[in-house]
Amino acid sequence: MPDQLIFAMEVTLNGLLNGVMYALVALGFVLIFKASGIFNYAQGVMALFAAMTLVGIQQGRVPFGHLINEIFGTDIHYFGWEVPALAAILLTVLVMMGFAVLVQKFVFRHLVGQEPIILFMATIGLAYFLEGVSDLMWGSEIRNMDVGLPQGINDAIDAATFEIFGYGFFIDNLDISAAIIAAILVGGLIAFAQYTKQGRAMRAVADDHQAALSVGIKLNYVWVLVWSLAGIVALVAGIMWGSKSGVQFSLSLIALKALPVLMLGGFTSIPGAIVGGLIIGVGEALFEFSIGPMIGGATENWFAYVLALVFLVFRPQGLFGEKIIERV
Amino acid sequence: MFYREAGDFKTSYTDDNQTFPIAFDRYRYYIVLVIGLGIIPFIINDYWANSILLPFLIYAIAAIGLNILTGYCGQVSLGTGGFMAVGAFTSYKLMTAFPWMDMVTITLLSGFMTAMVGVAFGLPSLRIKGFYLAVATLAAQFFLVWLFNKVPWFFNYSASGQISAPERTLFGLAITGPNAEAPVKYLFCFAFVFVLAWIARNLTRGSIGRQWMAIRDMDIAAEIIGVNPLKAKLTAFAVSSFYVGVAGALLFTVYLGAVEVGASYGIQRSFLILFMIIIGGLGSIFGSFAGAAFMVILPVALRNFFAGTLGWDPALATHFEFVIVGALIMFFLIVEPHGLARLWALAKEKLRLWPFPH
Repeated sequence: MPDQLIFAMEVTLNGLLNGVMYALVALGFVLIFKASGIFNYAQGVMALFAAMTLVGIQQGRVPFGHLINEIFGTDIHYFGWEVPALAAILLTVLVMMGFAVLVQKFVFRHLVGQEPIILFMATIGLAYFLEGVSDLMWGSEIRNMDVGLPQGINDAIDAATFEIFGYGFFIDNLDISAAIIAAILVGGLIAFAQYTKQGRAMRAVADDHQAALSVGIKLNYVWVLVWSLAGIVALVAGIMWGSKSGVQFSLSLIALKALPVLMLGGFTSIPGAIVGGLIIGVGEALFEFSIGPMIGGATENWFAYVLALVFLVFRPQGLFGEKIIERV
Repeated sequence: MFYREAGDFKTSYTDDNQTFPIAFDRYRYYIVLVIGLGIIPFIINDYWANSILLPFLIYAIAAIGLNILTGYCGQVSLGTGGFMAVGAFTSYKLMTAFPWMDMVTITLLSGFMTAMVGVAFGLPSLRIKGFYLAVATLAAQFFLVWLFNKVPWFFNYSASGQISAPERTLFGLAITGPNAEAPVKYLFCFAFVFVLAWIARNLTRGSIGRQWMAIRDMDIAAEIIGVNPLKAKLTAFAVSSFYVGVAGALLFTVYLGAVEVGASYGIQRSFLILFMIIIGGLGSIFGSFAGAAFMVILPVALRNFFAGTLGWDPALATHFEFVIVGALIMFFLIVEPHGLARLWALAKEKLRLWPFPH
């Protein structure tokens, strides 16, 4: 087999695994959008905040330590204990649930019935707010995340591909575990939506707010639930990206990458988010591999958006989105 | 008592159609002009010019531009930073290629160039709506910044990838470059703001502005009553991008002097301008000014308060800025979606009845 083709295969495989990451963030968007019609720009910052909180709890940092030190002139940074990864994850889930309650109570309950674009801009405000809070709570330095996920090159794949092609593929263990966890997460979410009472309430609200309200479903409860779920998805995405490249501000920018994923997949479809993520992941990897060197590289900065833009012109509702019917 | 229509008799159609029909508003406007032209240029110094006045004037132009597109025509754009970069790089190429060209022409040409790019990226708006369009404009933002970063022709093959404005003069006074004096820069920007705001104000209350607003309120209904959506949307994109391009050019030539495209015209810049028009008021020229002033003064005030008065770490002040700006955005969207401009309008309503409220 020619070398170029083998390289392209490796690039495609890595692109697919990157796409899983994008899909993971996009999933959080879809959950909130389906249930409340809010296009949650803050999803990426939620991932950052969740990852920061996880690392902070794990290392036993004092929340708002920086601020307390400035006000009272003290010099405290650590409680002096370390929390095991699993307990820290559970605590972070609690924090994200608390965040969901607060967001619903103070922001989006007051914006019910507003135009989607107003809600979108409110979530941009929320993103700024949360970013500031995250910095105030845990500081803005880059943190290393270690929750015990396997890292580094996967030797088994390296050896197996060397057998077949005479060239070992470089596949990161972390990407593989991300793909597995994403699959479990999606399966869990679908099961939750299909087989539990809360899940049914969630689907009912997504289908029709007023009808759901009239059969006695509490909208507020469902929205808090959905924001909590999105918070948990954000935490998972935060753990993945954080373990890969450190917990830092650029984590919140993956939210922007998830937008074209959603536009390809359609805002209301969970499978769409997955497929869209994979298309974008593979597409940008292959484009950078084949055309990138000719036009200066770093095309992955914009390829996803331009692809989505071109795609939207021909199919405005995305691949799996419901057809847009406009009434006057 | 003094703020009312009664007693101010109009004797011609021109009078009747004027921008400020109430005498008090008219005098206030003249007073602002007198302060802006007659007082500030004589007392301005480098600190005030660089920290507040120049950014305020330049962002006001960009905010008016985005407000025309988003506030008046209802097309949300997140590509403002990218379009500002088009203005900046056009002015840079013109300044270096045609050293004899004067700054007014260069700035206007930059605006026209940006308008053309804006129309090209505005074309999808005919099929894509709402936040789908907002995301599509992100394509413009990222693509344009990448383009100016990667194609060396745009930054004249300089090693650092930065562009810096050479010195240019107007009437013998340096406008750009390190030798430019604060009052000259200020007056140059003020002239642009004055003319562009005047044009914007009159465009938005004329026929084209009404078409934009019809499209914003409901595009299908507007089409049925005879508004051409192609024309309305593309003119909004063109005019808006023109303003944004002029602002981008001024930001580079007059204010910053040297820019690195990713840092100065990134996505953060787009959001900054968007926040200005949300806080100031969507669909209001006055709101664009109010929002620009607010967003320029807020960080300076916060930094002075936290770092100066309390003596804290400046990084903390930046974090607080994020928290406060984010909270304000949400607060305004919940309590007063029409922003500062609406508060101003309410104050004027109250003033009409004062001092006898019944």
